[in-house]
Amino acid sequence: MNHDVKLKVMNIEKSFPGVKALDHIEFSVRKGTVHVLCGENGAGKSTLMKIINGIYQPDSGQILIDGVDVKIKNPIQARQLGISMIFQELNYIPEMTLEESLFVGNWPLDKFKKVDWAEIRKRTLALLKSENLNYKPDTKLKDLTVSDIQMLEILKAISYQSDIIIMDEPTSAITQKEVEILFKKIFELKARGAAIIYISHKMDEIFRIADEITVFRDGKVIDSKPKESLDIETVISLMVGRKLGNDFPKVTVPIGDPILSVHGLCGEKFKNVSFEVKKGEIIGFAGLMGAGRTEVMRAIFGLDPIYSGDIRMLGKNVKIRNVKDSINQKVVMLTEDRRRYGILPVRSVRENISITNLKKFIKNGKLHAKEEIEAVQYYCDKMKVKTPSYETKISSLSGGNQQKVLLAKWLITDPEVFIVDEPTRGIDVGAKYEIYKLISDLVTDGKCVIMVSSELPELIGMCDRIVVMAKGEIMGILEHDDFTQENIMRLATGTTQNK
Amino acid sequence: MKAYLEKLKKSNLMGTFSIYFVLLALFLVSMLANENFATVGNLSNISRQIAVGTILAFGQTILIINGMLDLSSGSVLALAGVLSVDAYVKTGSLIIAFAVGIIVAVACNFLNGLMVTKFKTPPFIATLAMMAMARGAALLYTNGQNIYQIGDYVVFGQGSTLGVPNPVWFLIGIMVVTWYLLKHTIFGRSLYAIGGNEEASNASGINVDRIKMKAFIINGIFVGIAGVIFMSRVNGGLPNGAIGFEFKALTAAVIGGTSFSGGVGTASGTLAGAFIVGFLDNIMVLVGVNSYLQQIIRGAIIALAVIYDVYFKTTRKKLKPSKG
Repeated sequence: MNHDVKLKVMNIEKSFPGVKALDHIEFSVRKGTVHVLCGENGAGKSTLMKIINGIYQPDSGQILIDGVDVKIKNPIQARQLGISMIFQELNYIPEMTLEESLFVGNWPLDKFKKVDWAEIRKRTLALLKSENLNYKPDTKLKDLTVSDIQMLEILKAISYQSDIIIMDEPTSAITQKEVEILFKKIFELKARGAAIIYISHKMDEIFRIADEITVFRDGKVIDSKPKESLDIETVISLMVGRKLGNDFPKVTVPIGDPILSVHGLCGEKFKNVSFEVKKGEIIGFAGLMGAGRTEVMRAIFGLDPIYSGDIRMLGKNVKIRNVKDSINQKVVMLTEDRRRYGILPVRSVRENISITNLKKFIKNGKLHAKEEIEAVQYYCDKMKVKTPSYETKISSLSGGNQQKVLLAKWLITDPEVFIVDEPTRGIDVGAKYEIYKLISDLVTDGKCVIMVSSELPELIGMCDRIVVMAKGEIMGILEHDDFTQENIMRLATGTTQNK
Repeated sequence: MKAYLEKLKKSNLMGTFSIYFVLLALFLVSMLANENFATVGNLSNISRQIAVGTILAFGQTILIINGMLDLSSGSVLALAGVLSVDAYVKTGSLIIAFAVGIIVAVACNFLNGLMVTKFKTPPFIATLAMMAMARGAALLYTNGQNIYQIGDYVVFGQGSTLGVPNPVWFLIGIMVVTWYLLKHTIFGRSLYAIGGNEEASNASGINVDRIKMKAFIINGIFVGIAGVIFMSRVNGGLPNGAIGFEFKALTAAVIGGTSFSGGVGTASGTLAGAFIVGFLDNIMVLVGVNSYLQQIIRGAIIALAVIYDVYFKTTRKKLKPSKG
């Protein structure tokens, strides 16, 4: 069969404020093959795919299809060029019917430029029949399961008769049986001559379907080879071969008794999670996207329901139904999503800090302004917040300073257990170091820290133990001597299970 | 022009005090435009006229800061007022009548709160429904007839204490209560927090539903008092009274700088907003502006206030694309 290069990207660069997301990317896919992309969270795979799909524009570089230079300005144009993409996170409209969703943005029109519903029905039925699927065209998407919808997305990509199909972790939401159906489809597509780009973290899958494998790291292509000349161990070590650096202000504090322990915790997106945190300890949580780390923390913090299992503080069973309970138990959480769950953008630094513990400043039923401002000042100094004044709106501060304000807001509640979720995400390098320093100060003060992070060097540099999660379960807990990026990645990709 | 606007945007003065400058300027211009404007009699008259609408506006301010609003306040005012007048006619007790007014309005707002918190109805829809129901209930109860001969009941709206009209006393009292709640209580802070970012407030340990319910209950107390004053001023129980008052109240709050995006607003701003509308209405009558033209001007003022709010006060930082 003809295995000419179908899609080639040359010298692609893309920067976001503060980060170089893609650095001189060279990459190509041949007809009738599956090219797998792998790499850690934030390595740049999804950014590249979004550029190919016209969602982002590259800062520089070229995209060639069949050797012809093309500019892809938006997804509609991408589709016209024969590119379709199956997203990792499903964005669907629950009230839409199956047939509507198949043709959204691509409606067949009749001669009066009216949407031709009869044609849509006809084509949908034909497609469902040819794929041997038992759905009704007028079923609403909200009545389907997530994996049904994922299958539909795949079907949709196929229905466009695209020659370039991008699949961004398509198996993260579907069952094993459907994975087999998907793989069968992929082989059919290959036989038809389609070029497939497949993003995945799952090593067994990757080695089943890949023809070629490209590893991304820190916005660069690290290596690109035919599958035959790679093995799982090599791929893992390529993914993580990141410079560790010794510049973490890690302090060694005597480890005390367990403060928080969690036994057999189950929730919507995780099951059977057990671990404990000791006084003076920083315990890390590693895992790939969707491993359920944040979800576990949200449940412990009272933001999401707990189905079963228990949480103990100092050996005593505690019930956490909401955030207030958690704060009362002296467990607090710095969110990974500052905009959504962190800041009150239109309010001042002062109000953002004192909001968690206003009770402290109440005297005779009235907020005591002087005490409040003194406390705010104290914690701002402690967290080294740089702000023109305490009355400045928090939204006008830099990301790093906002993060420090949020740390201050939790510190004011005098916590014992401090959960920090991606504490340095979206923060410049200088501020990162300060955040690490503050986390070290916390344990020096006798608190314990749970640090969820996707940055392995940060976990290895700061933690005393690291819990690795995959698919909502703990895959292993690494002691300090076993800290290597390979060990973590092996557990996170579910390659081996050691406990 | 563009450079000038940019400069305006940057000047803090505009952001913080502009509304009071506008009020002052309007006062001075009105004073020059008509000699009858700045007389004690006229100003006292304006205060009395705007009292009911402004009391409602303080309730709206509390709700809007919290990210909600109340479309039912005019109707609930009528229902509470009518039942209050009826209670007075039946019992002869001013205290009972006053209490009935408040209880009825609080009950309606409790239902508003229930719809919003328990059943997650958007406040717009919940209070729109209450607007229809409360008006209907007022008409049903009175069979559409006004209640007259209300005797001493007129003291709430027409009496004076220490030379100041009673409605103005109520207005001052409610203004102080609103100011205190917003400025000096956990409840007030929580209102701003929830309006500013509801999810972050929840993740900060604030009981969002309870604060929302409280906001409606307090709004209910204000609406009840406004109902009593209104009926007392008009000398009767009018089931069709105060139609559209919720919009008067919203207007005062918005002109006073309360942001419909939530999290921003003050009691003094709303008072200033109410006086701006009051002065404007008054001077337009004094100088004989065509009454249809008056409506256009009133509408334009609202548009300007909102444009100002959106254009000058929002930080122009757009969401940055997330990396992944």
